[in-house]
Amino acid sequence: MKLVKRKTGALTPLLYVGPAVLFLLVYQVYPALQTVYLSFMDRRSQSFVGLENYKYVFTSQTMLRAFKNNLLWLVVFTAGTVGLGLLFAILVDRVKYERLAKSIIFMPMAISFVGAGVVWKFMYAYKPSGAEQIGLLNQILVVLGFEPKGWLLESPINNLALIVVGLWIWTGYCMVILSAAYKGIPKELMEAGQVDGANDWQVFRHIIVPEMRPALTMVTTTMLVNVLKIFDIIYVMTNGNFGTEVIANRMFKEMFQFANTGRASAIAVVLFVIIIPIMYANIRQKLKGEEAR
Amino acid sequence: MTRQRLKAKMPQIVINLVVILSMVLWIVPTVGLLITSFRPASDVVYSGWWTVLTSPLKFTQYTVENYRTVLATGGMLTAFRNSFIITIGGTVIPVFLAALAAFGLSRLHFRGRGFFYALIVFMLVVPTQMTFIPVLRLYNKLSLSGTFVGLWLVHTGYGLPFSIFMLHSFFQGLPDELFEAAHIDGASLWTSFIRLAIPLSVPALASLVIFQFLFVWNDLLVALIYLGGHESVAPLTMRLSSLVGSFGQDWHLLTAAAFVSMVVPLIVFFSLQQYFVRGLLGGAVKG
Repeated sequence: MKLVKRKTGALTPLLYVGPAVLFLLVYQVYPALQTVYLSFMDRRSQSFVGLENYKYVFTSQTMLRAFKNNLLWLVVFTAGTVGLGLLFAILVDRVKYERLAKSIIFMPMAISFVGAGVVWKFMYAYKPSGAEQIGLLNQILVVLGFEPKGWLLESPINNLALIVVGLWIWTGYCMVILSAAYKGIPKELMEAGQVDGANDWQVFRHIIVPEMRPALTMVTTTMLVNVLKIFDIIYVMTNGNFGTEVIANRMFKEMFQFANTGRASAIAVVLFVIIIPIMYANIRQKLKGEEAR
Repeated sequence: MTRQRLKAKMPQIVINLVVILSMVLWIVPTVGLLITSFRPASDVVYSGWWTVLTSPLKFTQYTVENYRTVLATGGMLTAFRNSFIITIGGTVIPVFLAALAAFGLSRLHFRGRGFFYALIVFMLVVPTQMTFIPVLRLYNKLSLSGTFVGLWLVHTGYGLPFSIFMLHSFFQGLPDELFEAAHIDGASLWTSFIRLAIPLSVPALASLVIFQFLFVWNDLLVALIYLGGHESVAPLTMRLSSLVGSFGQDWHLLTAAAFVSMVVPLIVFFSLQQYFVRGLLGGAVKG
C-alpha cells in the first residue's frame, strides 16, 4: 500500500498524539516501572528488602493456595469457555432460531460481574436440610433426594461453583467470535470432505479446527488473560474465604487490608510476567489479522 | 439405506435439544432474579421463586416495594446517578483522545511514530494491577482519589491503548485518495479529521463507545481502588457489592438492587447488539 502523508510542522503531530502519549506515560509507563521498583522495597516502601517479597509470593501458604486455585480456574474455565463456545458456535448455525439462541447465551456479557455474582449467589442459596430451599440448585438436589449443599462454603466444590459463574458470563463471548470464524469457512470445503466420505467428527477434526485456528488462538489467549486477572466474581461471592482466593484478590488484600505495598507490588509483577507470553501470542494474532485485511 | 438416513436425521433432534437446553440453562438464573425482585419479603424467605410459576398471572403476589426500598434507603438512586456521571466522562474522554491519536498515527509522518505505536501495543500487555499503587499514591497527593474527575482520567488512561489500537486499524483502511483530495481542496488537517475521518468512522466509533460504556459501567475494581470508601461517589457496582455484605440474606432487596444495576447495560445490549458484536469482532478477528 502506498502511504501518502501530509508534510506538517513539528508541532502538529504533538497536538494529535500528545494528549494520548501523556496519559500513557502517567497512567501506564511510569506506574508500571514504579511498581517493579516497589516490589523490592518493604511494606512502607522505605527500605530495600531484595527478593523478600518474591520469596513470600512463591513460598507462603496463602499465595500457594491462590496459585493453585488460579491454576484450577485456568484449566477448567479456559477449556470450558472455549469448548462450549465452539460447540455452541457450530450448533446454533444449524437451528432456525440462531439469533435468539445467541442473544440469550451472549447476554450475561452485558451485565457486570457483580450483578452476575448476585444472580448466582442466589442460585446457590443454601438452607439446612428440612427447611424450604430458596436456591434453585439446592431445590433440585432436594427433589432428587440428596442433601442440600453449601455450594460456596465447601472446598473444593466452591471453586468449581465460582468457575461456573465465569463460564456463564464468558461462553457467549467465545461463541460470538468463533461463530463468525465458523461462518467464514468455505462451505465447499466441508462438503468436499463429506463427499470424500469423512464423518462429522473427521470433518470437525481435519477441516473445521484447522480453518478456525486463528480465531481459536485469539479466544483462548483472551480467556487465559481474563482468568489470570479474575477478581470481581470472587470478591462479591466469597471474598476469597473458604479456600477460594486467587492472585488478583490476594493483591487487593495485601494492598488495602494489610497495607503491604511491597508484597502487593510483587504479586502484580508476577502476574505481569505470567501474562506477557500469552498476550504476545494474542497480539501477534491480532496484527496478523490486520495484515490480512 | 434407512440406517444412513437415520444417522443423518438423528443429530438434528439432538442439536435442537442441546441448544434449547442451553438456552434454558443460560436464562433461568436471570429470570429467577427478576421474579424474586418483585416478590414480597415474606414470600421470598419461605418459598422458592419457581413456586410462582404455578399461577404466574396472580398479580397480587407481586410488589414493587423492594425497588422502592433499595432506591430510597439502599442508596441505589445516588449510585445510579454516580454510575452515569462516571461512565459518560469515562467514555467520551478516552474515545475522543483515541480518535485524535489514531488519526495522527495513521495520517501523519513524524519522528517517533513507530515507537509510539509499539508503546501502545506493549501497553495492551500490561495488566492494570501493575499501575494501582503508584497511581493511587499520585492521586492521594493530588487529592484526586474519591473524585469523579480522578476516575474519568484513570478510565481514560486504561482505555486508551485498546481504543487507539482499534481505531488506528480502522483509519488505516480509509482510502488515502479522499484525504489527498481534501488537502488539494484546501482543507486543513483539523477539517479533514472532523469532516472526513470522524463521519466515515461512525460504525467503528459506535462500537468503541458501546464497548467502553459497558466496560466502565460494569467496572468494580478500578472504582474500589480509586474511590476508597467514599459512598457518596460510589457507582452501582460498588454499592451493590457492599449491599451483598450488609443485606446478606435479604434476597428480596439484593435481587432488586442487582436488577437496578443491570437495567442500563441490558437496554444498551439488546438495542445495540449489532454494534457491540461488530466491536468485539473488530478487536478480535476480521469480520
